[in-house]
Amino acid sequence: MKFNMFTKALAGGVALSAMLTGVALADPAVIYDLGGKFDKSFNEAAYNGAEAWKAETGGSFLDLELQNDAQREQALRRFAGQGANPIVMAGFSWTAALTAVATEFPDTNFVVIDTVVDAPNVQSIIFDEHTGSYLVGVLAALKSETGTVGFIGGMDVPLIHKFYCGYAQGAKAANPDIKLIENYTGTTPAAWNDPVTAGELAKAGVDAGADVIFAAAGGSGLGVLQAMKDAGKFSIGVDSNQNYLQPGSVLTSMVKRVDVAVKTALTEAADDATFKPGLTIMGLAEDGVGYAVDDNNEALLTPEMIAAAEDYKAKIIAGEIAVHDYTTDSTCPL
Amino acid sequence: MSARRPIPRWADVALLPAINLLLALIVSGLVVLFVGENPFHAIQVIIYGAFGYGEGVGYTLYYATNFIFTGLAVAVAAHAGLFNIGGDGQAYVAGLGAIVVALALDQTHWLIAMPLAVIAAGAVGGFWAFVPGWLQAKRGSHVVITTIMFNFIAAALMVYMVNRVLKPASTMAPESETIDVAGRVPQLRQFFSFFGYSPVNLSIVIAIAALIGVYILIWHTKFGYAMRVLGQNPTASRYAGISNSRMIMITMTISGALAGMVAINEVMGVQNRLVLDFVAGAGFVGIAVALMGRNHPIGIALAAVLFGALYQGGQELQFVIPGITREMIVVIQALVILFTGAMEGLFRPALERAFMLFSPEQKADAIAASTAKTES
Repeated sequence: MKFNMFTKALAGGVALSAMLTGVALADPAVIYDLGGKFDKSFNEAAYNGAEAWKAETGGSFLDLELQNDAQREQALRRFAGQGANPIVMAGFSWTAALTAVATEFPDTNFVVIDTVVDAPNVQSIIFDEHTGSYLVGVLAALKSETGTVGFIGGMDVPLIHKFYCGYAQGAKAANPDIKLIENYTGTTPAAWNDPVTAGELAKAGVDAGADVIFAAAGGSGLGVLQAMKDAGKFSIGVDSNQNYLQPGSVLTSMVKRVDVAVKTALTEAADDATFKPGLTIMGLAEDGVGYAVDDNNEALLTPEMIAAAEDYKAKIIAGEIAVHDYTTDSTCPL
Repeated sequence: MSARRPIPRWADVALLPAINLLLALIVSGLVVLFVGENPFHAIQVIIYGAFGYGEGVGYTLYYATNFIFTGLAVAVAAHAGLFNIGGDGQAYVAGLGAIVVALALDQTHWLIAMPLAVIAAGAVGGFWAFVPGWLQAKRGSHVVITTIMFNFIAAALMVYMVNRVLKPASTMAPESETIDVAGRVPQLRQFFSFFGYSPVNLSIVIAIAALIGVYILIWHTKFGYAMRVLGQNPTASRYAGISNSRMIMITMTISGALAGMVAINEVMGVQNRLVLDFVAGAGFVGIAVALMGRNHPIGIALAAVLFGALYQGGQELQFVIPGITREMIVVIQALVILFTGAMEGLFRPALERAFMLFSPEQKADAIAASTAKTES
């Protein structure tokens, strides 16, 4: 009886696999990182980009959330084997898996965000988070009345140090006497989603004299924004434009246009004629990173502050100011 | 009235888990139905994904390898009356031992690197469990508290080690250097193409050896006997001249070393580098595996394969039925853990009563037993 059920299930499975391999899906695929599709931050930006592409073109896409690291290669092979093209990956942990799989599927176009994989069919998109952070650092230093600004990172990893390092350089450039307070929410991936701890760190920062705090902490950043609002001080959002979350308190947001990158990738990489394998850098010049100004924070930024930020931006683009990138040598000279 | 007799052994080891599993699947089915998908189709996909084709079987066995190690770790401690819930942390720090040896010897041969890495991972994992064991034995700090606290210490330590010590400056992701091909544990697919691209590797041989080793240790050695005496009655073991504190420390070390073997599978067999959080909760699944497997190696092997199948089948489910999200799969896995692990005794009283009803012999025994009690 039991055996009978099992064989039936097996037979059903075989039929299923025939169905799966028989139909070649030309839909593109988006694979999120372990943070999950709706993290209100990085992965969600990728999702929003894909949704924007869908709304504009009327196409459809496949997507997948991972549960653990061992599934990376499995997911790539699965989608590539189904004929999904292009396959877009969000996250810096894809390097090893993509390096292995890209050569097995030379006809599939891969796009990876936040890391670099050197293969003829891979486009690697990197954001200049340090220059964007530099500009919000300038704004923070100009806004601060106490001469102390804070930074609260999510998980203590090099990528977040890159944010901090750019931010600190910008703040120092605008005010050489500025005092900086650097904090990280935690050391495990849970630190991306711990608004309570991050909020407590923000309160401690306020007690130590900080009146502007930059939260580069994914979902934890919401706690910082709330705490600064409660204290009547200012915060800076990250990745998406978070100005609307606490209007009047969020000074600006360091936007990283992952959504634009995904949307562009889905459009361009589908066709070999427009696909751009190799390294793509999304910096200030490409509007890949920057600071957000909208109705919610216009009143907080004086024209002088905007002018100063624009001035630094032009100088960085022109190469007159070189912002140090923490991830190149794991140090932050200030 | 209190003459309820224990259910027969076959019912305890086979029927009860089967009922629990069935119930878990029914409740999961209702959840699947609730999100508007066909539960029968879903279960079919899970079974096919886990056992229907070579690569799926490979993935199932790969997950099962981890769960065997962590399940055995919990079981060994449980036989001595200790509840080691720090398998996650012990496996995590063991990665340190594995990666250091593997990177140092990856220019030689895996036959040299693997045994030494097994020793190193076992030593580091064992040490991580020895400290709570020592605290329990000498200072009376309860292992349940200390082992779970050590999970957090392990997480913090590993983030520091990976980011600041092991990570090459050129890589972005928090991970160590990659182990050279010569130092990696060979994949089973190199011998049997059946397994497709799945990451099941020779670590499974260590897992099988560990299953046999634990069986011999617990039921066929003096040490195992002392362990079980301690587990069943610490006062009696003390009276019999067994040093309880020594037993606690050694048992915890063995338990930690077993959990540490996860690092061989993950670091040397699958990822070929040390990544953050590579254990991915296997230590906690091990608790459910040991509970469901009744702390017996055969039971643990079967339960580990079941949970491996759930992990791999769950992943398959996400590919085939887009309506079922990652969170849904976690819900299904959690239901199985809940019913087979945490609430495994739910149906025991009912089963005991049912067996008494249907077995006249047992009923007569029971009546005899209860009359004997009232008379005396």
